[in-house]
Amino acid sequence: MHKILVLFAHPALQKSLAHKSLFNEIQHIEGITCHDLYDAYPDSFIDIKHEQALLLQHDIIIFQFPLYWYSCPAILKEWQDLVLEHGFAYGEHGNKLTGKKLMLAVSTGGSANSYSASGYNEHDINAFLLPFSQMSKICNLEYLPPFVVHDIHKRHDPQRIARKAEEYRQQLLRLQQMDDGAVKTRMENN
Amino acid sequence: MEHGVLFNTFIYLAAGVVAVPIAKRLGLGSVLGYLIAGVIVGPYALSLISNQQDVMHVAEFGVVMMLFLVGLELRPALLWQLKMPILGTGGLQLCATTLFIFLLLLACGLAWQTSLAIGLIVALSSTAIVLQNLQERELMKTEAGKNAFAVLLFQDIAVIPILSILPLLVIQDTTVIESSIPSWQSALMIAGVIAGIIIGGHFLVVPLLRIIASSRSREIFIATALALVVGIALAMEAVGLSAALGTFLAGVVLADSEYRHELESDIEPFKSLLLGIFFISVGASIDFNLLLDQPILVALLVGGLIAVKFIVLFVTGIVFKIQRSQNWLFSCALAQGGEFAFVLTSFALQRQVLDNEIASLLVLVVTLSMVFTPLLLIIYDKVIAPTFKRRLPQQEDKETPEHQIPDDTDSSVIIAGFGGFGQVVGRLLHGYHINTTILENDVGQIELLQQFKYKVFYGDAEQLNLLHSAGADNAKLFIIAVESASRTKRILIQVKKHFPHLTVLARATDRNHAQQLIRLGADHVFRESLDSGISLGVETLKALGMRANQAHRAGQVFRRHDEAVLHEEAKRIHEHEPEFVNRSLTERRILKKLLGLDALTYYDNLNDAWSTEAHSNQDKNTVGNLAAAHKHNKSSS
Repeated sequence: MHKILVLFAHPALQKSLAHKSLFNEIQHIEGITCHDLYDAYPDSFIDIKHEQALLLQHDIIIFQFPLYWYSCPAILKEWQDLVLEHGFAYGEHGNKLTGKKLMLAVSTGGSANSYSASGYNEHDINAFLLPFSQMSKICNLEYLPPFVVHDIHKRHDPQRIARKAEEYRQQLLRLQQMDDGAVKTRMENN
Repeated sequence: MEHGVLFNTFIYLAAGVVAVPIAKRLGLGSVLGYLIAGVIVGPYALSLISNQQDVMHVAEFGVVMMLFLVGLELRPALLWQLKMPILGTGGLQLCATTLFIFLLLLACGLAWQTSLAIGLIVALSSTAIVLQNLQERELMKTEAGKNAFAVLLFQDIAVIPILSILPLLVIQDTTVIESSIPSWQSALMIAGVIAGIIIGGHFLVVPLLRIIASSRSREIFIATALALVVGIALAMEAVGLSAALGTFLAGVVLADSEYRHELESDIEPFKSLLLGIFFISVGASIDFNLLLDQPILVALLVGGLIAVKFIVLFVTGIVFKIQRSQNWLFSCALAQGGEFAFVLTSFALQRQVLDNEIASLLVLVVTLSMVFTPLLLIIYDKVIAPTFKRRLPQQEDKETPEHQIPDDTDSSVIIAGFGGFGQVVGRLLHGYHINTTILENDVGQIELLQQFKYKVFYGDAEQLNLLHSAGADNAKLFIIAVESASRTKRILIQVKKHFPHLTVLARATDRNHAQQLIRLGADHVFRESLDSGISLGVETLKALGMRANQAHRAGQVFRRHDEAVLHEEAKRIHEHEPEFVNRSLTERRILKKLLGLDALTYYDNLNDAWSTEAHSNQDKNTVGNLAAAHKHNKSSS
């Protein structure tokens, strides 16, 4: 069973429409470590060694955050800048994350339609998440398809959110059991 | 049997001391314990006491004190919120019970006057028993508790008109004893006394307490509190009002004052003791001869009384939409006759409204119904409550949103000491409307803060009873912000010992003090000089040309490093206690060591973040190029 580390970044959980439920839903599950970054580092003073140790202890990393201005909240960017060090995550000897997987769990205000060529956002959601997939490539992380909850501004009724939270939980449980043969073959091909 | 005062006192106290712990251990509650103790020392068992009627009269004063304390808990605003339950629930209960009993007795062939008199007398419930039981079970804040209290309050007020109605129910034509004062004049006097209590409470008593508090003489403060209660009781009785009602009013008036907790903790022991004696004398006054003569009749009457009161209460509860489980509790709690019944019965006897036979039967029935109340509540606990509990738990979880700060009194913060340090903490919390209770023993400070609507109380935070009445049992956090290092330690020891559930955040004067506090079990320790020292250091680094964010980071690194070393030291010194003997030497040694450690860790562990080339060989592979480009982008933007 894979061990999952959820790095959660939400600067205003008291206003959260979706993530509070999503994050609550995955608490207290064996093999899933929930790490609320804003709660752990209110002053953004990230403990690099601790974070790296956490990464080493887990097989699958989840970045869970609301999409703000087409990117992640500041602390998660800070986390990437500090924790994914040269020599640790990338670079000549930076292979500590090799073989691990990364999945984003993202909520968007706009609807699924808006994230298309014809919508007002003009691009597919994956276009906006490009920095993350590229980061994964550099760090030798396998980038998994993101878990996206769209249209939070208009459709945040409790039933829908509860359904999404349940889907999210199921998704993580599936990831725990995921066969990583596929990854191994890919690595060997490289 | 006649005994000396001391002997009687001893018997009462000893009976309580023996019976109450046993009763509590058996889960019967202290009220039942006292009642049983009364029966045992009473004339039908050991026959150890005499004059229990006189004793009872004195002990009734416990009820008066209890109402004073209840008043202290009820701020005027809260009382106003309760107006609906008081008038509605209380009124309906009293009228319906009276009517029901009246009709029943009428049907049994009693004269209408007698029936009405008895109806009025037994409609009243026992404030003493109900409140004592509910408080002991910590149920006063529940819906049932609040409604029960409202009903009792209404009954206390209703005693006044009942006292004036009873003489009109005389059957034989006897000369009606006219009051020597015309009624409008007595009404005026009543209004005057009540106004006096309210105005005097605000403008005389509070300043008086302030003066006495500043003299810092505890026994005089207690004496003042007692004199206040007794004085009001006397004034009320002089104009023919219930003393309990008067002291209750005085309590409400003083509930907003900063001395509320102090008054509470001073009166509380007297109240409990007197109430205990009152219950013992109720137990002792049960007339077992009468009971043995007509056991079936008495049983029927007691059962009937409880049943009628219970049904009326339950229906009242339904009318006023009390939750079902709470309604059971509410109805069980109030289904008995009260101590006012004794007063009213003897009054009715004097005015020849009731004859001797009925009066003594009435007293017996009421007494027995009081004895059964604790038993009813035990039945509620064991049989009725569990059936509701099984249905509830799922719903309750979801009601409170997790990340909101709950705003009820039960999750509040207590701050001991409100000097410069405590003020910063208090103002911050106050700004976010967090329920804080402040304990301070500087009178000048209190006055100032009250102008800004702070909840401040006068008292010494080391005292256990003050901590209790300040709500330490229900609070979540306890902040020690007093200036004196030794007082901080004493308060910490007291809080940790008696309220282990509290998270304690303590102010420390220096490093040494901080370590002592950690060892004494403080959950979080804050050195008063640390943060300002670091801030100054950070400013210095900036003034020397370091970029602000780098300087800030340096400050944070230092802070964490220093805290870690502090906790490490605290643990280690614990193992070698003698090191502590020469304090200044130890401190110098610690400092020396710290300076060495600082130099080592000052490099921060940022060496590999936000940078690439410095630690890599700038390899030509894709990754290296990308990273270099990344670096380049950053420096150019």
